[in-house]
Amino acid sequence: MLTIILKRAATVVPTLIGVIVVTFLLTRVLPGDPAVYFAGPAATPQSIAEIRKSLGLDQPLPEQFARYVDDLAHGNLGNSLATGRPVLAEITSRLPASAELTLFGLIIAVAIAIPLGILAAVKQGSWIDHTCRIVTTAGVSLPVFFTGLLLVYVFYFRLGWAPAPIGRLDVFFDAPPHVTGFYLIDSLIAGDFELFRAALSQLILPGATLAIFSLAPIARMTRASMLAVLASDYIRTARASGLSSYTVVVTYAFRNAMLPVITTLGMVFSFLLGANVLVEKVFAWPGIGSFAVEALIASDYAPVQGFVLTMAILYVALNLVIDILYGVVDPRVRLEA
Amino acid sequence: MTDIAANSRTASGVAALLHHARYVIGENSVTGLAFGLFAIILATAMLGPWVVPYDPLASNTAEALKAPSLAHLFGTDQLGRDIFSRVVAATQLDFTIAVSSVVLVFFMGGLAGVAAGFFGGWTDRIIGRIADTIMAFPLFVLAMGIVAALGNTVQNIVLATAIINFPLYARVARAEANVRREAGFVEAARLSGNSEWRILAFHILPNVFPILVVQMSLTMGYAILNAAGLSFIGLGVRPPTPEWGIMVAEGAANIISGEWWIAFFPGAALMLAVFCFNLLGDGLRDIVDPRRRT
Amino acid sequence: MKRREFLKSMTALTATGAFSAPAVWSPARAQARNETLLLVTENGPNNLDIHGVGTNRPGYEASWNCYDRLIRNDKKTLADGAVVYDRDKFVPELAEDMTTGDMSITFKLRKDAKFQDGTPVTAKDVKWSFDRAVSVGGFPTVQMKAGSLVKPEQFVAVDDLTFRVDLLKKDRLTVPDLAVIVPGIYNSELLKKKATDKDPWALEYTKSNTAGSGAYKVTSWKPGVEVVYERYDGWVGGKLPELKKVIWRTIPSPGNRRALMERGDADMSFDLPAKDFSEMKQEGKLKLISNPITNGMYSVEMNVVNPPFNNELVRQAVAYAIPYQKIIQAAMFGIANPLFGGKSNDVSTIDWPQPTGYATDIEKAKALMTQAGGGPITTTISFDLGDSTNCEPIAELVQESLGHIGITTTINKVPGSNWRSEMAKKSMPMMVNFFSGWLDYPEYFFFWCYSGQNAVFNTPSYVNKEMDAFIDGARAAAAVGQWDTYATDVKGFISKAYNDVPRVPLFQPYLNVATQKNISGYCYWFHRQVDYRSIVKA
Repeated sequence: MLTIILKRAATVVPTLIGVIVVTFLLTRVLPGDPAVYFAGPAATPQSIAEIRKSLGLDQPLPEQFARYVDDLAHGNLGNSLATGRPVLAEITSRLPASAELTLFGLIIAVAIAIPLGILAAVKQGSWIDHTCRIVTTAGVSLPVFFTGLLLVYVFYFRLGWAPAPIGRLDVFFDAPPHVTGFYLIDSLIAGDFELFRAALSQLILPGATLAIFSLAPIARMTRASMLAVLASDYIRTARASGLSSYTVVVTYAFRNAMLPVITTLGMVFSFLLGANVLVEKVFAWPGIGSFAVEALIASDYAPVQGFVLTMAILYVALNLVIDILYGVVDPRVRLEA
Repeated sequence: MTDIAANSRTASGVAALLHHARYVIGENSVTGLAFGLFAIILATAMLGPWVVPYDPLASNTAEALKAPSLAHLFGTDQLGRDIFSRVVAATQLDFTIAVSSVVLVFFMGGLAGVAAGFFGGWTDRIIGRIADTIMAFPLFVLAMGIVAALGNTVQNIVLATAIINFPLYARVARAEANVRREAGFVEAARLSGNSEWRILAFHILPNVFPILVVQMSLTMGYAILNAAGLSFIGLGVRPPTPEWGIMVAEGAANIISGEWWIAFFPGAALMLAVFCFNLLGDGLRDIVDPRRRT
Repeated sequence: MKRREFLKSMTALTATGAFSAPAVWSPARAQARNETLLLVTENGPNNLDIHGVGTNRPGYEASWNCYDRLIRNDKKTLADGAVVYDRDKFVPELAEDMTTGDMSITFKLRKDAKFQDGTPVTAKDVKWSFDRAVSVGGFPTVQMKAGSLVKPEQFVAVDDLTFRVDLLKKDRLTVPDLAVIVPGIYNSELLKKKATDKDPWALEYTKSNTAGSGAYKVTSWKPGVEVVYERYDGWVGGKLPELKKVIWRTIPSPGNRRALMERGDADMSFDLPAKDFSEMKQEGKLKLISNPITNGMYSVEMNVVNPPFNNELVRQAVAYAIPYQKIIQAAMFGIANPLFGGKSNDVSTIDWPQPTGYATDIEKAKALMTQAGGGPITTTISFDLGDSTNCEPIAELVQESLGHIGITTTINKVPGSNWRSEMAKKSMPMMVNFFSGWLDYPEYFFFWCYSGQNAVFNTPSYVNKEMDAFIDGARAAAAVGQWDTYATDVKGFISKAYNDVPRVPLFQPYLNVATQKNISGYCYWFHRQVDYRSIVKA
């Protein structure tokens, strides 16, 4: 088993090398001269040159790349020019915010989409099936920032049910002591239920925005996978042996239909991390996505590189874990090296 | 001899497909609806600019920020431009972005995938790694990076959208080609002396093509959403060109102040189009690949 | 239960449910709310120290409130009740006395002033801080130079409480330049400890920590999210501020900022778009304050070195083709002072900024184009994406109008970070741009935007000997108080600028602020940032 896992892990190495090279090149062709940006207003050619030198931008490209790889090897992602802090620190402090939001959105989506998918499969071809398809497709057809703004308008501005869209907590709350970085969990650990409620209420709208966007792939895959399973022989046997239709669907069919759904969840998660960029902007969410956009706009290389690299590693790791889990859960699936 | 046989087979195949399509559409009213919508969008894209009541670029500051009325069905924007005319005129550009990006990725990803699946070996490995590398990026962020690096023109938006969809097409095409590479009809063609390239072009591609068409329909919607997202962060199409995404993005700031129509109508058009492409993709899948009907 | 009642009770239920009712807080949290100002803006600081490399404008606000200067501008109340800084009057802040000699200025420092860590403020700190400002390079150094403050030798710590600035030449901008944000007084003992060989001025430390004697200190800064200030109770630079705490949140979406204000969740929203301002003012739920930005204007600028705008006739044609009135109406919602439609381009007063003699006249523009010859023109209009709320509608209107006189343009949005490098390259043929000078003197504006030193703000690359003679003449005359010569030169350079028209002035914009009704004490400052010290929450 271990050798299989290691072999599978080895396949990600070329991908990671590709990611590092592409990231480096992409950030270097960005327009805008960070040296001029940081020289500020009324810069002189000398002051720009000084800053360019201090940033190491006067070196030839291969040398800059060598330096970058060397830094990476030492776990140094560089400093953000805009905030002056190490990129690694920025990312580790912001990642929980994005992860909490994304996971929360994913949980809402799963809670809605899987029952919908099962229902659509069981009642295939009925109006429920069609409605489910239309509703989920409509959700994925709206730009996320538009959905977000609409929710803010209706539930905050018009109805006043949701709190102000100003990030993870109302301003008069202090963050709970850092344990996991997830405010929901940390506030429970600290036993502060008022804080838990405040953090939860901030999460609802952005979470719902992400969930609406991700209903379709999950529901669709659940439905397809359920249909395939429901048509199989063992389900027919189970039905024939007189088991109730509830037991058949939930106990036998659902459990077997889950594997492809789990794979889809992995993809949806990475997809949502990308969509997060826009949602974070709408809800002033202090996550890693909004940080990357700011950096990209400011031609601030290090954070862009760090962000993309983190995301890529997350994604690759996630898929690796899913692949391995897959093999553990279902012995029929052999891991391909 | 063989040619004639093949032709007659194709002809009867087309007839069967048409028959099947009629059956699917007749049975599934949602797919029928999607086809209807698609026809409307296509007609709007082609005729739109000639039938709009106002010049979509002409400002009229005296009429700025007017709510929908008979004179301006969808109201007017900050510069007094008619939103109905802009939404209609934008169809062409959005449709062009969507179509050209999927056509581009069809040629890049589809062909690369087919080659990877058919030839296997190093071709497969290299293309697989390229796809993996692209997949490892958060896709929207990659698109942002490409457009930021190359400049915000329509061509670059199309290119960026095509690149981020590359892995999807490459994988689908690879899987389909791989399945068929040892199939009976391919073996038969090989035995009758066809070169590998000829087999690829005349036997594998035609079989993979329909499945890629389904994929194209599904990604067209995503292409429009992607362009809209880029506009929202300021990397989209240049003003004053009418484009749904940028119109939503610019109107978004006015939702709170009560001028909901500026963002709502382009948003609705955008949603309708993406919605239509998605349903169409589902429907096409039913037609092209009855075995996979779900 | 009737349906309507049922719905009502449902609403009530959800309103008190777990995820809602943001207004119910425990008493301790409600109390904190009363002594705290919640300020929302589009951008937050990237550096808390104006001496830092590339500090952005919000960063200036942190510097202003956390550091003291020797002197500051006095305030005055205008006829309409607005409180603004007084360009010509200064009051002591860390100094208690200022004596102007022939070629030097001597300051006596307050005896009781202490830095936020308890160290007394001495003349050595002032000397160190001024040395730092003229030595670190970049913006602070250039700003000091604008007041002829260039080298450390000019700054003398005579004794613990006496500090002297020696003048290299007479310059009437020297004293005003000592009251801007840059010459703040830093805790030199603390910062010397934080300095390293690579970073002798401890810029790394002050980037995210404040080390001043000012009324506020930053207790928490999450870049891109929020800055939290707490009052420094030992402040002696003025009357102790009423606000104990200021929370400054970055809310990028303008719609959300407006919603926060209208729902009463934020206390102050700073630098509002003109549209929100005029609409919220009509609604009357909030207090809205608006001040014209002194020494500032939006303009259409053309590169005079390269074709097609190296031809003066083409530039004049553009100036006649611009739809000024439409711009004021549609882009600024009427909240702007027109800088067009004056009597003549040969001006008769030294008011600044003042209207040009241009007005929209397409026929005249067409005639000028014909006279210029050369046929149709294709070019680009650029603007700073960071300022697209104002610039985009302007650019679109200008584009449309230029289309009528045979100039076809594409609009080029330049991301905020690239804007300055694009400006520095001086390759953009035409742009919509904004400039404002801290020191409210016409020669200061011209020094940056029109003079032959070809500074980054002289985007047209306009270099003209006659112009330089006027600007230098005005500066020299002002230094020695020859006001007749000064007036002639100022009128000379304004008229020259309007006739040659490398930039077409459009309007003078306003700085708009919205506050809840219980907030008072806002003052407009030349640096266009919020001064928390005078703000009161009732």
